[in-house]
Amino acid sequence: MFDTESLVQQYELTACIQCGKCTGGCPIALKSALNPRALVYQMLRGEEFELVSRGELWDCTTCATCGLRCPKGVKAVDLIIALRAQWIESGKIPTTLRAPLTATLNQGNPLVLPREDRSLWADGLNVKNVADGAGIAMFTCCENAYDPRVQAMPRALVNLLRAANQDFGTLGLDEQCCGSEVRRIGEAGLFEYLRDDNLEKFRAARVSKMVTTSPHCFNVFKNEYGKHAIPVEHYTQTLAHLIADGALKFSKKFQATITYQDPCFLGKQNGIYDEPRAILKAIPGAKFVEMDRSRERSVCCEGGGGRMWLEGTNSQVRLANDRIAHALDTGANILATACPFCFLTLSDAVIATGNEEKIKVMDILQIANAAI
Amino acid sequence: MKSQIGVYICHCGLNIANTVDVEQVREFARILPNVAIARNYTYMCSDPGQALITNDIRDLGLTHVVVASCSPRMHEPTFRATIHKAGLNPYVLEMANIREQCSWVHSDRTLATLKAMDLIASAVAKVALLVPLQEREVKVTQSALVIGGGIAGMTATLDIANAGFQVCLVEKQTHLGGRVAQLDTTFPTQERVADLLAPVLRAITTHPNIRVITNADVEKVDGFIGNFRATIRARPTFVDAMKCDACGKCVDACPVNVPDAFDANLTTRRAIYRAPDARFVIDARACSFVQDRVCRSDPRCAAVCDRNAIDFSQTENLVEINIGAIIVATGAATFDATKKPELGFGTYSNVITSLQFERLAARQELQSVKDVVFVSCVGSRDATTGNTYCSRVCCMVNAKQARRIQEKFPDARVTVFYADVRAFGKGHEEFYDAVRKTGVRYRRGYVSEIFAAGGQTPKRDQKLIVRAEDTLIQKPIEVSADLVVLGIGMTPRAETNEIANVLGLPRSGDGFLLEIHPKLRPVETAVDGVFLAGACQGPKDIVDTIAQARAAASSAFASLCRGQVKIESATARVDEEVCAGCGLCVATCPYGAPALIARTGTARVNQVLCKGCGACEAACPSKAIQVMQCTPRQVLAQIAVLA
Ligand SMILES: Cc1cc2nc3c(=O)[nH]c(=O)nc-3n(C[C@H](O)[C@H](O)[C@H](O)COP(=O)(O)OP(=O)(O)OC[C@H]3O[C@@H](n4cnc5c(N)ncnc54)[C@H](O)[C@@H]3O)c2cc1C
Repeated sequence: MFDTESLVQQYELTACIQCGKCTGGCPIALKSALNPRALVYQMLRGEEFELVSRGELWDCTTCATCGLRCPKGVKAVDLIIALRAQWIESGKIPTTLRAPLTATLNQGNPLVLPREDRSLWADGLNVKNVADGAGIAMFTCCENAYDPRVQAMPRALVNLLRAANQDFGTLGLDEQCCGSEVRRIGEAGLFEYLRDDNLEKFRAARVSKMVTTSPHCFNVFKNEYGKHAIPVEHYTQTLAHLIADGALKFSKKFQATITYQDPCFLGKQNGIYDEPRAILKAIPGAKFVEMDRSRERSVCCEGGGGRMWLEGTNSQVRLANDRIAHALDTGANILATACPFCFLTLSDAVIATGNEEKIKVMDILQIANAAI
Repeated sequence: MKSQIGVYICHCGLNIANTVDVEQVREFARILPNVAIARNYTYMCSDPGQALITNDIRDLGLTHVVVASCSPRMHEPTFRATIHKAGLNPYVLEMANIREQCSWVHSDRTLATLKAMDLIASAVAKVALLVPLQEREVKVTQSALVIGGGIAGMTATLDIANAGFQVCLVEKQTHLGGRVAQLDTTFPTQERVADLLAPVLRAITTHPNIRVITNADVEKVDGFIGNFRATIRARPTFVDAMKCDACGKCVDACPVNVPDAFDANLTTRRAIYRAPDARFVIDARACSFVQDRVCRSDPRCAAVCDRNAIDFSQTENLVEINIGAIIVATGAATFDATKKPELGFGTYSNVITSLQFERLAARQELQSVKDVVFVSCVGSRDATTGNTYCSRVCCMVNAKQARRIQEKFPDARVTVFYADVRAFGKGHEEFYDAVRKTGVRYRRGYVSEIFAAGGQTPKRDQKLIVRAEDTLIQKPIEVSADLVVLGIGMTPRAETNEIANVLGLPRSGDGFLLEIHPKLRPVETAVDGVFLAGACQGPKDIVDTIAQARAAASSAFASLCRGQVKIESATARVDEEVCAGCGLCVATCPYGAPALIARTGTARVNQVLCKGCGACEAACPSKAIQVMQCTPRQVLAQIAVLA
């Protein structure tokens, strides 16, 4: 059991006017029993419930639309994370989460792969270590570092930064999980450990500026690492600046019609809408088309908030499948994104909907790399 | 002469007496130096309470009085009048605030009693040093300036003019009427707004006491209550109204197209156009000839005008007027709906604002629709936009427009999404009842997102999907719509700062102009003689706007009528022997009261502008400038007894 009153206080739920703006905009609520407004109301009424009877709490992708649109500043997503934390504290951790969480503690990644293999993605690239003096620390998401389906992205970023004559390095084997998803799963203790340990490692390597491959790492470094946070950019910001300054030039044509999926952690949560589009519009030969539901009205791919390791309820309905239909609707043959989670969920959806012939999911890094 | 001080301790019913042992305080006060008498009483401000004071002044020959009661903001004027009635100078009074600063904020009776004693001892120490001051009055210029020609400004103007005073009404736009002129009908009576406005406009333009200056700004205001001097900059319209016969050929000749703000940007107009009051004018910012002295079109407006009415030699005109009172009625802007991107305004042509709806209705261009959705609280009650207040009219505007559609197109399915329906005005709840009876459906929940129904490459006017949670069935829903109307709120006008700076007016946290007291003094401002009317002070409907406008007019002509106004006597004075002329006081004063006199090289304070705030006294390095009744000697005496 949990104490509703302390949640009401901590998350300032008394501000709620029960208008339903959160639930009305929740990408999950239409397909699941998850109802952020009703959850807040239950807290206000002091109605306690058996957490394990509420499996839909794990459906939340932490896209944060609920809190971003709330007219009263209530962050329902934070309440959901807090309830997950209570759940985890009770020891009844959903089985598929156990291995990723344990591995994150022991191996520094949720993919349950050895810490020593962290840099294998960079084989043959000779990327230096930031500790040897570099302007920018390139931070690779665990997914990009270990998952062969998305290892091309950090390799492309290395190429692009070199093409633009940037002085950068990586943390090498000192790099480990940023803790973004861990925090959203509700493992507050593990998150704090990762944050403090990472900050210590950044300090030791004298990191003064970072660029990340994933919007999730970017968001957590920028907004949740506290006052010792290090200035950080998502790679779309870095590349857009380099293009605008003339430091990065494209010479090859990339003939395609491209549309773009806004990652929630980049767009909605951090307002970075224009930079990814600026890069795509600078690609020679490419035609950029916009989906109707884009930018602030974009649709979540369901990859965030721990959902990479959790199916959630009602897995028959997948927003990523809808998203492929949306993309096809524009006439695009490339669905671009700027997030490894979006890339993976959307790529799966292309296969699941049998559209491999019609459309391909690519990270902006891959597209840009193909054009230099 | 030795001073004879009377100390009067008020119980304020139980407000003070419950927390402070008033009897003990009286015992204490009685033996303070120079105190001739100390009394306590349930309500010192009551007639018998005041009689205690006046009798003692007569019978005991009191020279100074201390009243220990509430804040001086509450009753200092009362007790000044009391002692004046008994023959004392009103300024030999000191208040000890043992309510707001003692009984209301403490719970321990013993400590509160001790604090009350300290406050009174301190007041007694000071009061003996107070000197009598002259009550002063200044003569009033018996005319007024009204800034803003919306319904508020026009109403106030008429009231003052009808009372027999001259009024100058200054309007920024080329026409009078403000927001109301854009509306079609008004809730809850559903009267045509044109019918409401016409008699007011006629009365304004024909009234012998009224001078209207349109297309103008008030650029500068100097002076003080009763004696303001305003500089008004009137811009040219480049069309001679006496010559123009409104044939309209010029409009056809003009090559420039700009969005028509009066039509809420639904339409475009030329740089020369027929303004809402039917006069032809040139919009200087749009006209290529005014801007660059070149016009792309060969037969420019002037060339086609048979009557030589177009006159590009017209120039700006500076008008200076003297007035005794000013009413600010500059109104409000409407919320910019593009700041709520999830609602698709600007993306879809069939997502419109409530203001655009009014224009469509007024132009008789409402087209037959099937599914219509009204969205509440767009840009109001919304922390994400920074507008946390309720705009007070949108619920009824939604209701009015929903009814309009439902009655015009009985087959339409009209849905209003809301979180709370606020129908607080006279006749509003009944209006809301009537609207629901016409078939309009209210569903409880804010609209969260709007997108195209027919795919991802939408046409601008295709069917839409409106997403919300119907909080009463506790489920997220999707409703289709041919037309979505956003109930936009009112916001402070972007130029509020300019007018606030010209007049020295403070703004409240919401950005609107600030009244002195929200309940007791709702039309007065921090600047004596400047009053507020209408939506510039906060969102309100026409009824409330007019009520406030008439209140502002009464307040203004109350001072005009008297011919004289009292001004604060406890002001700053400069000891010219001591003053070094450094000018710090000039820089510090928020009211522009002190000035350096070239001849003497010292500062002098305009006694009429000075509010006695004391900022100069604190800044002055040589203590040459001192505020009467707050001199260092008086304040130090007050502090010394506390040590
Ligand atoms: C869409 C909509 C529908 C509405 N429907 C209704 C309704 O049905 N019934 C109802 O009761 N109320 C309605 N209202 C509210 C109504 O419009 C206001 O109550 C009313 O306009 C307030 O009048 P005002 O004179 O204070 O301000 P405004 O109407 O805004 O007029 C202010 C005037 O001052 C001028 N001005 C501004 N700054 C300066 C300056 N510095 N110098 C000189 N002039 C200046 C402006 O140009 C303007 O002419 C509606 C409002 C909106 C937005």
